[in-house]
Amino acid sequence: MDTTGGDDCGDSITRLYYFLDGELTEERRAAISRHLDECGPCLSAFDFEAELRQMIAFRCRERVPDGLLDRIAAAIRQEKGGLDGLGGPFPV
Amino acid sequence: MGQAMEHMPSLYTAALRMTRNPADAEDLVQETYLKAYRSFDSFQEGTNLKAWLYKILTNTFINSYRARRRRPEQTELDDVEDLYLYRRLGGLEAVAAGRSAEEEVMDLFTDAEVKDALESLPEQFRMAVLLADVEGFSYKEIADIMDVPIGTVMSRIHRGRRALQKALYEFGQARGLVAQGR
Repeated sequence: MDTTGGDDCGDSITRLYYFLDGELTEERRAAISRHLDECGPCLSAFDFEAELRQMIAFRCRERVPDGLLDRIAAAIRQEKGGLDGLGGPFPV
Repeated sequence: MGQAMEHMPSLYTAALRMTRNPADAEDLVQETYLKAYRSFDSFQEGTNLKAWLYKILTNTFINSYRARRRRPEQTELDDVEDLYLYRRLGGLEAVAAGRSAEEEVMDLFTDAEVKDALESLPEQFRMAVLLADVEGFSYKEIADIMDVPIGTVMSRIHRGRRALQKALYEFGQARGLVAQGR
């Protein structure tokens, strides 16, 4: 990327991940947003990183194997000693 | 009250990336749920059920699965610069050729490449990146789940992400997505 020109670019890239992670103060967020409005190269880098993260999350999702839910439900039922559970967060 | 069972796909995804083995991952998830059930008294109503389950999963992994390993896990990572992939792939013809940025980035790598790249990271970096980028936990939640200071979490996430980009790039090179040595 050819955007190492201004301090604003350097600051924005340094804080890129904090920005994407939603871990910046409002003030800093606003300053970076303003910079991105004006700076195509930084915006392009931000977009790439944001898309890359979505791609990573999407590509490594797994399906729960058949039978695992039933197996766990049965194991919890056994813990309950055959009593009928009332559900709660473990409705089995 | 949230339903613990709804989080099973997320927990299984994390378990598989951490154990790298489907049978171990199933056992880890089952153990996590049994422990959660037994210690549900210690769960504070109104707090994050998913984060609480992940904390149990992480501890169980560390105590049961890691202990079985024969070789000590690698704990260091090479330094990789910021925007590693973008600087190498951002300007690719394909990326600029009219399709949307989303489609392009989504198509750069296969499921297997992303999973392998993630699994190539040393454990503590892998867990931090999983929790942040796959599960979307905040730094503070990750610090609580992994029981380390928030500064350590930030460092692991950032270094882990950059190493992940480098691993992906190497897969890309291997199948000719980019020219060798570029």
